Amino acid sequence: MTLKLPMYMDHAATTPCDPRVVEAMMPYFTETFGNPGSRNHAFGWAAEEAVDKARRQVAKLIGADRKEIIFTSGSTESNNIAIKGAAYMYQNAPAGSDKCRGHIITGNIEHKAVLDPCKRLEKEGFEVTYLEPGPDGIFTREMVEGALREDTILVTLMWANNEIGTINEVPQIGELCHDKGIIFHTDATQWVGKMPTDVNTDNVDLLSLSGHKMYGPKGVGALYVRRRRPRVRLVPLTEGGGQERGYRSGTLNVTGIVGLGAAAEIAMNEMESERDRLFKLREKLENEITKQLDTTQVNGHAKKRLPHMTNISFGFVEGESLMMACKDIAMSSGSACTSASLEPSYVLKGLGVGDDLAHSSLRLSLGRWTTEEEVGYAIQNIVGAVNKLRQLSPLYDMHKEGIDITKIEWQAH
Amino acid sequence: MAYGTKVVDHYENPRNVGNFGTTEDVKTRKDVGVGLVGAPECGDVMQLQIKVDETTGKIEDAKFKCFGCGSAIASSSLATEWLKGRTLDEGLSIKNTEIVEELSLPPVKIHCSVLAEDAIRAAIADYKTKNGQD
Repeated sequence: MTLKLPMYMDHAATTPCDPRVVEAMMPYFTETFGNPGSRNHAFGWAAEEAVDKARRQVAKLIGADRKEIIFTSGSTESNNIAIKGAAYMYQNAPAGSDKCRGHIITGNIEHKAVLDPCKRLEKEGFEVTYLEPGPDGIFTREMVEGALREDTILVTLMWANNEIGTINEVPQIGELCHDKGIIFHTDATQWVGKMPTDVNTDNVDLLSLSGHKMYGPKGVGALYVRRRRPRVRLVPLTEGGGQERGYRSGTLNVTGIVGLGAAAEIAMNEMESERDRLFKLREKLENEITKQLDTTQVNGHAKKRLPHMTNISFGFVEGESLMMACKDIAMSSGSACTSASLEPSYVLKGLGVGDDLAHSSLRLSLGRWTTEEEVGYAIQNIVGAVNKLRQLSPLYDMHKEGIDITKIEWQAH
Repeated sequence: MAYGTKVVDHYENPRNVGNFGTTEDVKTRKDVGVGLVGAPECGDVMQLQIKVDETTGKIEDAKFKCFGCGSAIASSSLATEWLKGRTLDEGLSIKNTEIVEELSLPPVKIHCSVLAEDAIRAAIADYKTKNGQD
């Protein structure tokens, strides 16, 4: 089989829609186009039935009840509704008061869609603790316990990290929160659909997920809102027609929701075999690259990581030129050099990865259609590119000459 | 981000890659000027070395190594091409804007050309210091 280039190894950014998902969606654009809110005719009923089916499919994937699923536009919206909605609902003091409105715990390597709502709340009088992980990138129950206060109202920590794939101690953190009567939200965007999830045994109160990370369409996601023990309530951010239990007004995105449901069902059925297959490919990728090149580092905990992704730092080469040398492979760089800022990844910096290494990191995330041939090509391509760039790198020469580049007085520019 | 064709050309076929000896060697060589600018934490380090012909005072050879993005590699590669055959003063007249123009660098990559100009100045200054010309 010939390889199709460029090849896609950025499934943590987004995934292609599964053709089975598209097929399930098609009739809802043209034939069954009704508004599920139309309660008095057949078009509305058919649409409502489709949404109900999807609600059951999504609920089943995470071990929830269908009444606990709120459809949204994706994880960013779900995170905003969960974090701000819970903060406003469980606040200790009204807006404008001198008293702390409540304490929130999160992590400094969370996605921006969690960090920015937290920063907003800080401006509005809440206090936020940003936990720092250890070098393995994992947040533990112990860390959360150490940061608890009398007035802590919400803990929000992602299930698995989007850049390095590390898995936090979600069930244990959830248990702690339940013991203390604190609401626990987890951004499970990278986790759900890939790993078994049960909101009850995993002690989650609020959970965000996105369709396009699990072979569903973009622009649709869900928020799980626990209804029993404890019954979680939220202040809605979008008001209007009162859809989705009043938590998210607006006409439902029926086609997207149907797609999300179909994607959830497929993910559920294929999770186990897919997980094992991708893990083997990931191990091959990681092992070969680190064997063939010196001064490389796999970021994050060695074992407690999502099976389909890896984040590798390459000493003495720069990330963007590395991406350029591997232009046939679509992947993410740890460095944000093309954006206005020249800052390396805050996630890798949060782990204590040195600036030089954080600048030259690649995130490769494999997916449903990744083949062994593609992984073989990626290994060869990346190893070749790093070797080429190291021949160009003055830092690699210095390293070979035994000069410690961290001891040189560089002029930052 | 898409790169210009000239950047891609320099990146894929960099001119004059190398050095005139190890870091220790070139420190003591009076015919060689070394410029090392940038910082690893900023994602750009350029090393530019010039070899000057004593009798003519012209730069007879130039070599570079660069840790940086494609535009940084292209800027330093271009700098070596432009330096060869010039006198030190002519070398100093190279402006970063000329590099921007030649490589069609977008605004976010202008710092790469600035760094190349810095490297040129640093290499020439090093040569002059070694030879008591400043």
